[in-house]
Amino acid sequence: MAKYLLLKHYRGIPEPVPGTDVSMDRWTPDEVSEHIAFMDRVIDDLKDRGEFVDAQALSPRGEFVRYDGEGRPPVTDGPFAETKDLIAGWMVIDVDSQERAYEAAAHLSSAPGPGGRPLHEWIEVRPFLTDASEVTG
Amino acid sequence: MNGPLGDEALRDLTPQVLGVLVRRGADFATAEDAVQEALIEAVRRRDAPGAAAPADPKGWLVTVAWRKFVDARRAASSRAQREIRVSLEPPPGPTEQADDTLLLLSRCCHPALTPASSVALTLRAVGGLTTAQIARAFLVPEATMAQRISRAKRTVAGERFGEPGEVRAVLRVLYLVFNEGFTGSPADGVDLAEEAIRLARQLVAAVPDDAEAAGLLALMLLHHARRAARTGPGGALVPLDEQDRSRWDTTTIAEGVAVLQRALARDRLGPYQVQAAIAALHDDAPSADETDWPQILEWYDELARLEPRNPVVALNRAVAVGHVDGPLAGLRLVEALAPDLPRRDAAAAYLHERAGNLDEAARRYAVAADAATSAAERTHLTRQGARVRQRAG
Repeated sequence: MAKYLLLKHYRGIPEPVPGTDVSMDRWTPDEVSEHIAFMDRVIDDLKDRGEFVDAQALSPRGEFVRYDGEGRPPVTDGPFAETKDLIAGWMVIDVDSQERAYEAAAHLSSAPGPGGRPLHEWIEVRPFLTDASEVTG
Repeated sequence: MNGPLGDEALRDLTPQVLGVLVRRGADFATAEDAVQEALIEAVRRRDAPGAAAPADPKGWLVTVAWRKFVDARRAASSRAQREIRVSLEPPPGPTEQADDTLLLLSRCCHPALTPASSVALTLRAVGGLTTAQIARAFLVPEATMAQRISRAKRTVAGERFGEPGEVRAVLRVLYLVFNEGFTGSPADGVDLAEEAIRLARQLVAAVPDDAEAAGLLALMLLHHARRAARTGPGGALVPLDEQDRSRWDTTTIAEGVAVLQRALARDRLGPYQVQAAIAALHDDAPSADETDWPQILEWYDELARLEPRNPVVALNRAVAVGHVDGPLAGLRLVEALAPDLPRRDAAAAYLHERAGNLDEAARRYAVAADAATSAAERTHLTRQGARVRQRAG
């Protein structure tokens, strides 16, 4: 069993499939509702299979923060309207194989968009580093 | 909590009680839930003020579990608007002494189940752990683990419950449980490595003639004995050749060796016995330099004959060759293996350092760290790379 992070990006993904790149604020209300309902079903399905760990959405508004020396306040930078990579949210799943992780990501990517057609959205799949390590020698 | 209703004692009784219910005709899935509920009730009663322990804990658990089973069936029957077919009084059961451990283990490790499902179901139905404990040990929500277990039970629901299944499938699952607990720290009192050893002991008692079951138990003991020396401050991995051998548990090593010797005497060699023999040779060396590599290599030759298509065996054998015939001989074998084989670069780095190729060793350690699947391993390999680079100057 291995955990995988399925990352949804606002930006910073490979080239979208032609015709699917319509900003969500230009969808109809029903299209938005259908999309959200599909996401809930994806989560229910993962729960039902005993694979669900976590799902979270992130605000697109955020800043970069860093240490600036002892006794000084943290330095902030941003927000950047044009940051190349912007993460929208994630799901964490615990599955038997990489193949199953890809299948779950593809299912997520088939969420309906305008006209009820699949969005074909790119999902970034990242394996977790584990705690365990195998017996050898 | 010790005594007749201590946690350990209760969990030892789990497969026995479940076995009794199933032999009396209870379906596996409902019976398994009923036993869990009975265990919870036993703990509640035990911890209540002024509680007196029952004289016959197993008989008490069977009675409570059977009542829970009947309640569950009644609820299901009335839901389905069907006639109640189960009676409150348990039918006269067959001998309560029957050892159902193998029957239950092979049910939980049924080939139709995924490894993760088998592991979870085994820990609950035979190990007597709660769903919450198993969920915490595997870092998933309790609801997810509950669903995994109930799906697994549905998958095996239609299977006939008579002949025990393959012992080999059970061995694989117990080996997985042990590996999960190998470097991870015990989560919430659940020590998966010790749990695997406990289950392996039960299995060996159930199939005393199976040399590989004993081989697996020996393998676990011989590795478990090094546990205290295997991690340094902050959980850092300490490789075998750098471990403080005075911290190895000699009692456990002696037990592992004795179990292994009895297994080998049966003259039915298998991969677990061979791996245990290799572990025993490592455990036997007073220092890394005194390791009997020629004999270890002979065992790896044996393992490679038993598992000719296992690339991990080929990789470990190559490292042994590196110790016996020199690092360059080992490297030739390593480089012939598939580039994406896990730990191939780590083995290459190790042999390159021994051959004095420090730059190449550092480079390969970096590649290996990048491909590591565990955080502790990645840190270890990164540190090894830094150390070699420092040596190279």
